[in-house]
Amino acid sequence: MSRESALVTTDWVEQHLSDDKVVLIEVDEDTEAYDKGHIEGAIKLDWKKDLQDGVRHDFISKERLEALLSKRGVANDHTVVFYGGNNNWFAAYAYWYLKLYGHEDLRLLDGGRKKWELESRQLTDEVPSREATTYVAPEANTEIRAFRDEVIGAIGVQNLIDVRSPDEFAGRLLAPAHLPQEAAQIGGHIPTAGNVPWSRAANDDGTFRSDDELKALYDEAGLDTGKDTIAYCRIGERSSHTWFVLHEILGLPNVKNYDGSWSEYGSLRGVPVALGDEPGVA
Amino acid sequence: MCGAIKGGPSLEGIDVKNQAVIQGIVTKDDEPVGNAYVRLLDRNGEFTAEVPTSATGQFRFFAASGSWTLRTLAPRSESVDRKVVAELGEVADVAIELPTRRSSGGQSPRIEASV
Repeated sequence: MSRESALVTTDWVEQHLSDDKVVLIEVDEDTEAYDKGHIEGAIKLDWKKDLQDGVRHDFISKERLEALLSKRGVANDHTVVFYGGNNNWFAAYAYWYLKLYGHEDLRLLDGGRKKWELESRQLTDEVPSREATTYVAPEANTEIRAFRDEVIGAIGVQNLIDVRSPDEFAGRLLAPAHLPQEAAQIGGHIPTAGNVPWSRAANDDGTFRSDDELKALYDEAGLDTGKDTIAYCRIGERSSHTWFVLHEILGLPNVKNYDGSWSEYGSLRGVPVALGDEPGVA
Repeated sequence: MCGAIKGGPSLEGIDVKNQAVIQGIVTKDDEPVGNAYVRLLDRNGEFTAEVPTSATGQFRFFAASGSWTLRTLAPRSESVDRKVVAELGEVADVAIELPTRRSSGGQSPRIEASV
């Protein structure tokens, strides 16, 4: 993977607005953002209602994903371009999600909705109607998804990257500051995790930093590329952004997203936890 | 103020006793700016959160006690930085006026993030 195969620019999207092979999908944390205006032709996926099981604390099954994408008019051979607010957090999450379910041609709009808006490009409230398809997905590929026990086993062994803000890492905040403070039972981080906030990988306008800047960022943070890596945040969306940087832009193998993240880990009984600004010991 | 409502969004139904709220409104030429982005940077200039403004130019963060910087980005405008202090149980209301292109008056100096 590389920047060229995983990212598209706002200009590229503008030039492909009427390309039948390209499906634009907006995914936002604020699930009403799409309804207030979106890029022409874009459809919406609700990261909560559409992509979460609703009963189990997990993703929807392969069968439900197939039904969802078929109904929304997404085909296996479409180029799917995700974009969204919050610097593409949830768009990156949806990208990772469809990667897990084996979609071939996935892209992220560099800078997401914010860059599109800051460039004063057009938004519409017209909802497109797309012809249904027959989408077929393979079983989920867990090579890019980490679960709780694997994360506990990775303490002091693998690269653990906590991509939350320094205040969340240290245990001073439990959630990003634009959300009421709720979620995990306790604050802190997984011992030995380095804190490389996702935001350091992005420019103010939401675009990703250059390859050289990104390499320097993780070099400085002491990422050992000879080891496997697990990224986590609070609920797995910001760590999808960092997973995207490491796996899709920089092309590092063996990078997983721990989507249970701190909301799960910080509620577990009996697991080690570190407080404060230092990684802590295994 | 012409079209702008003073202060941040309504806090009705939110218990602010255990929250350190930072909120306010973004305006340009006294009119609310509904398509701006406000980011919250911590005392070290590190990104903590970002929200788009509402149609009425308003924004809100649930922060922690301490010193913060609000950086506002908007189409056809330079970014504006404003310092703010938040305290638990308090609501810090901030009015952010974006500079018009012709005059640079009223714009705070940009603070570079130290990471």
